[in-house]
Amino acid sequence: MSLNQDFVGRSFVSPVPFQVGREHIRQFARAIGDDNPLYHDVEAAKAAGYSDLVAPPTFLISAIPGALGLPTDDPALGLDYALVVHGEQRFTLRRPVVAGDELITTSTLTGIRAVGRNEVLVTTYRYDTSGGEEVALGACTLVSRGTAPPRG
Amino acid sequence: MTATVGYDDVEVGTELPERLFPLRRVDLVRYAGASGDFNPIHWSERAAADAGLPGVLAHGMLTMATATRLVTDWAGDPGAVLEVGVKFSSPVVVPDGDEGASVSVRGVVEKKLDDNRVVVNLTTRCSGEKVLMAARATVQLS
Repeated sequence: MSLNQDFVGRSFVSPVPFQVGREHIRQFARAIGDDNPLYHDVEAAKAAGYSDLVAPPTFLISAIPGALGLPTDDPALGLDYALVVHGEQRFTLRRPVVAGDELITTSTLTGIRAVGRNEVLVTTYRYDTSGGEEVALGACTLVSRGTAPPRG
Repeated sequence: MTATVGYDDVEVGTELPERLFPLRRVDLVRYAGASGDFNPIHWSERAAADAGLPGVLAHGMLTMATATRLVTDWAGDPGAVLEVGVKFSSPVVVPDGDEGASVSVRGVVEKKLDDNRVVVNLTTRCSGEKVLMAARATVQLS
């Protein structure tokens, strides 16, 4: 089944702010096998000039609601998440994310295009604090394998 | 919030030595929990086979995090990473077992920008395959 082009151009805003918590930063850092003290030790983070624990740069992925910001559980989109692999990912950080930040994520599905029998979904993200400060930008492509209609 | 590497101490061609990072199934499960990405291709042999994949795959974002780590450790401050982007060119298949997979990452300073920023190009391999392409980080040096 091919994806629903009507979703292109739609934006999805996180329904509640994502609260960046110390334990989540520690858990994420452990999951990527990283014992950097700035991810684990509040005193070390403060000594380095941060207000609290620093989040690893790719922690931003976990602040996106749903599956990479897309309404994958909406049958109207037609995305079978088991057929999805990640194509590209980029983050641009205006400043490091720290524990205590409250992030509001806006994901915009900017395109769906067929590449052979696959469909490529391009999504952009913007992360703002609940105070309105732009903290980071992101861009992502996902590949929906084998869902494009055969040509011809 | 300052990198421990000085801009004047690096030049185009400065290398970030290769490091090896093990990835086992338990690491994928841990990453699924921490990131919230529970796509079954990252933990279920059956789901991976049904999706036509060669085996259970590491989350692309876990591979990206692993590659980024070479840069954050080098810079001495994770907050020095201003931008990081990758293309996932080949999957990291993680066999069930104590060994799992081994991901190698090395980097080289590719460009010196203004304001003490540099671009690091990362080469990330698993089982001889390049698993990331166009993997670059922009880093604020001191």
